[in-house]
Amino acid sequence: MSESNKPKKKTRYINPYLGGVLLGLVLIAANFVSGRGLGASGAAKSVMVATVNTVAPEHAENALFYSEYNASHPEGPMKAWLVFQMLGVIVGAFLSGAIFNRLKFKVEHSPKITSRRRIIFAVLGGILFGFGSQLGRGCTSGSALSGMGVLSLGGFISMAFIFGTAFALAWFFRKNWI
Amino acid sequence: MGPLIINDIISQNTNFFLAFLIGIGFGFVLESSGFSSSRKLAGVFYGYDTVVLKVFFTAAIVAMLGLLFMSLFNWIDLDMVYINPTYLWSTIIGGAIMGAGFITGGFCPGTSFCAASIGKIDALFFIGGMFIGIAIFAEAYPLLEPFFKGSFRGTPTLPQALGFKDGVVVLGIIVVALGMFWVGEWAEKKFPREEY
Repeated sequence: MSESNKPKKKTRYINPYLGGVLLGLVLIAANFVSGRGLGASGAAKSVMVATVNTVAPEHAENALFYSEYNASHPEGPMKAWLVFQMLGVIVGAFLSGAIFNRLKFKVEHSPKITSRRRIIFAVLGGILFGFGSQLGRGCTSGSALSGMGVLSLGGFISMAFIFGTAFALAWFFRKNWI
Repeated sequence: MGPLIINDIISQNTNFFLAFLIGIGFGFVLESSGFSSSRKLAGVFYGYDTVVLKVFFTAAIVAMLGLLFMSLFNWIDLDMVYINPTYLWSTIIGGAIMGAGFITGGFCPGTSFCAASIGKIDALFFIGGMFIGIAIFAEAYPLLEPFFKGSFRGTPTLPQALGFKDGVVVLGIIVVALGMFWVGEWAEKKFPREEY
């Protein structure tokens, strides 16, 4: 691709710096209201615990991960700030997709790889992110971004290792993206 | 004044309702900035699209500065705001595993939900994988617990760890971020890209 092959502006995104300012204001609002930042993996964990509580209540009682969580959340896993926030995220993203004309079912991937390969790597990445976010007490939103917003040392470490590792491994997975 | 829920200014139900509204803002900003596209997100690791760098660090700076000023004006009591605890090694290894997940999967949890809600099927598979990952962690938890709860370093902030004032560290971060934005703009000019 050369300069002459300029992209057609089919999809319009907002200016990234404006997006950053708005995201920062959202993060401030979260702290102002709830005393905590944003998050995503925490809501996934709530859904996971709620599912196991319903489907396999015996396992939820016996397995340490679930029993510890349930003991510290007497009102139940779904009555959590992050669960309501994530429901909002789904609505907000859908609204943006509707306004900017991006609602479409598709498997997005580089033309050099197949949809099948993309999906296999998406599942693999999901497994790693799910596991890592539990070990690291939060993901890019909850640990890295929100942590940095309140200047937490842990937040900076989290950010450095998420982005640092992805950079370090980028060369090995370049075929999937470029 | 703030945080509202901790100072009992709002009820728990209002808090949850505001969480929903804040979530709408969060999802809207992520999607409209292009975070629903894995190819745009992964671009930061190859230099062809550095939207992640720009949005992420601008947001972090705005939040840091905003919270510092709000605390200066007594609008928020930062002592009541949650500071993520530092468990050194589980944060490092967890972060590294998440980084591997980012480059293979092309999403992080928040962006995968945004992408799925506008119809990206690969994002749905990522979310499915995420639940598998959480389940694996849950089953391995008895083995991992000592490591997970080990190397606890309290809840220091970066300025405390470095021994500088908050404002000085934030100024330093702003300078570093401006430098990274400059590199990002340069990289986008150097490496060809198309809009996804």
